[in-house]
Amino acid sequence: MKLKSAKELEELRSRIIKERDPQKPYIAVCSGTGCHAWGCVEVTAAFTEELQREGLDGQVTVKTTGCHGFCERGPLVVIYPQGIFYQRVKPQDVPEIVSKTILQNELIDRLLYTDPSTGQKIAYEHEVPFYKRQKRLVFGSNGLIDPQSIEDYLAIGGYTALAKALFELTSEQVLEEVKRSGLRGRGGGGFPTGRKWETCRNAPGEVRYVICNCDEGDPGAYMDRSLMEGNPHLVLEGMVIGAYAIGAHEGYIYIRNEYPLAVRNAQRAIEQAEEYGLLGEDILGSGFSFRVRINRGGGAFVCGESTALMTSLEGKPGEPRAKYIHTAEKGLWNQPTNLNNVETWANVPWIILKGADWYRELGTEGSKGTKIFSLVGKVNNTGLVEVPMGMTLREIIFDIGGGIRGGRKFKAVQTGGPSGGVIPEEFLDLPVDFDELTKVGSMMGSGGMIVMDEDTCMVDIARYFLSFLEQESCGKCVPCREGIKRMREILTNICEGKGKEGDIELLERLARVVADASLCALGRTAPNPVLTTIRYFRDEYEAHIKEKRCPAKVCKALINYYVIEEKCPGCGLCVRNCPVQAITFMGKKKPVVIDHNKCIKCGTCFDVCKLGAIEVR
Amino acid sequence: MSDLRQSVGLGELSKKVGSVLERYSRDASQLVAILQDIQAEYNWLPKEALEEVSQGLGIPLSRVFSVATFFRAFSLRPRGRHLIQVCLGTACHVRGAPRILEQMERELGIRPGEVTEDLQFSLETVNCVGACALGPVVIVDGDYHGQMTPERVKEILKKYSKGQSGNEAEVG
Repeated sequence: MKLKSAKELEELRSRIIKERDPQKPYIAVCSGTGCHAWGCVEVTAAFTEELQREGLDGQVTVKTTGCHGFCERGPLVVIYPQGIFYQRVKPQDVPEIVSKTILQNELIDRLLYTDPSTGQKIAYEHEVPFYKRQKRLVFGSNGLIDPQSIEDYLAIGGYTALAKALFELTSEQVLEEVKRSGLRGRGGGGFPTGRKWETCRNAPGEVRYVICNCDEGDPGAYMDRSLMEGNPHLVLEGMVIGAYAIGAHEGYIYIRNEYPLAVRNAQRAIEQAEEYGLLGEDILGSGFSFRVRINRGGGAFVCGESTALMTSLEGKPGEPRAKYIHTAEKGLWNQPTNLNNVETWANVPWIILKGADWYRELGTEGSKGTKIFSLVGKVNNTGLVEVPMGMTLREIIFDIGGGIRGGRKFKAVQTGGPSGGVIPEEFLDLPVDFDELTKVGSMMGSGGMIVMDEDTCMVDIARYFLSFLEQESCGKCVPCREGIKRMREILTNICEGKGKEGDIELLERLARVVADASLCALGRTAPNPVLTTIRYFRDEYEAHIKEKRCPAKVCKALINYYVIEEKCPGCGLCVRNCPVQAITFMGKKKPVVIDHNKCIKCGTCFDVCKLGAIEVR
Repeated sequence: MSDLRQSVGLGELSKKVGSVLERYSRDASQLVAILQDIQAEYNWLPKEALEEVSQGLGIPLSRVFSVATFFRAFSLRPRGRHLIQVCLGTACHVRGAPRILEQMERELGIRPGEVTEDLQFSLETVNCVGACALGPVVIVDGDYHGQMTPERVKEILKKYSKGQSGNEAEVG
């Protein structure tokens, strides 16, 4: 059924809402990638089966939703209308949940989340500290809707912003609103979105294109994936509004090859929106037409760069070009093209719906709104968090993230992916926004936040990023292709105990050349991980070079495993697990012996020993 | 390559490639998608298929080849029955992914990019699969295995080498 006016959309919406009883219980099972790995599919199946067995399948709905964000505690189950929050749910727990919680409104203690700082059990999702301090503007609806159901999206007010844009505002007014909102690109660059739209709108050209960049390649970041998988209509609605403001009638969603579920859900969303006349010809009878097509990436990090992405859309190897002329003026097929990241598009409906003034109240002077971060690494509560711009690193990592795993000590947090840098403890009170992160040598990037503790070696991290970039450099320009390789070689030498005096200075010189002379942002920002680790952790570099010592005990060439004889009862657990038979059993109650010539320093003995009888030196 | 000639036959290959090309109206700008669909069919990109694409789209073989070699997703060599991808994203790296990879290499006796002799397993590395909260992550045939440890490598390989699909993804 194609909707022909805003009135028909509202009528459909009221029909959907009317058919739904807000008091009818429903069970939301998180089906994000994290919960998938935890086994949510089996949990969902168990619920469906159990409800049938109890004859409740008509009275209680099971909903598979997108990612709720608290991936650490998956599989997550939320029971509405109360909002009861269960975590680490297994299929065996399901009969009890149905008989106790659904039928008798009783809580099951062991499935509730325990606040580690107070030891208190928490019953409701909104009271969990991980969620409580967030401002889930863009990401919040994920838990409420089935991403494959446009009706779910309509029921929570979906496409209201589109109707408002098309019928109450001119395209100039939409553009003006986005400009005034202060929205900046969430993909990494932080370029003002409204200004980009304006350039594209005013550029001469026969056709204009709009692109959604879902080629999320930053290692350690997955918010775009979760948005596209969990709420594709929100992204789509933002794109249609943007296309209207710019005057584009064709659009592309470029999705990473590694995200098959995002491809499926986005494809489904496009089909559903077309069916209802919210996409395609004559949207809602407004006369405005806009079509969207999905393109899958080929697994190249550099394709996240706008010019490379567009070249790849044209069916060529995704190599970037110099941006003397912006893609907003000459992009895809040499026509004006506006490219924004998934999260940026997802902010647009909110700005139109609630107004720029409302939006401007969130965030800091130079960075408005919220930002989703992927809080991962050595932190207790890993997952996706959305906070207002300007929240400090300390609040994000310690209050929301619950601090460092295993009681270890915080060392640094890495933001901005391979283009960003590491930020040490002294800057924990830094308010996180585009400008503040740049000031300390890192950057916002797409929002990866990888927490590192004292067991993370900073030289190894720098080497890791450069070897990543070495692989992903497209090879078109020499400074990036050769410079990164040379820097990586020097870093590998340092990690292997072959570092020389002067290596740090040579790295700094190479870094300057690569940063100044590379063609695209991949090369220009590549030195950041090296420069920030040298700036804040120079002593670690020096320990590797001068003392041939890895303070974090990570670099294999510089460490050895030893048996602490007093602690070793000769149980033989490490002997059985050693992959190269380097440990010899010496008899009961006698400590085992490690043959250092055979040892490959895999660390298995250290991991399996429950008595702490193996040490690294 | 000779395997392919025997098992599939060039006639059928040409037919299959032809139908993929038709799906995209022989539009050369859809080259990446075309190669993806062909790879989905064969699990890799045989040389004969690239030649068919070049002829079918009327573009030089060198251009097809340059796209096929540029993107990581394409394999110009046959892959094993099971595809093992070890994630080396940053979050996985700081939680010990290199050790998982080393254990995989030892167990399988191959390096990333190679196939075991019995054609059971292909080992590849991937730079982040977006399951960072569960790192280190290993993906076998599309199923995610989170919070991996070197000790669990053997057990996972066993599950797949038995010829099961190994559907039940799990975390340790």
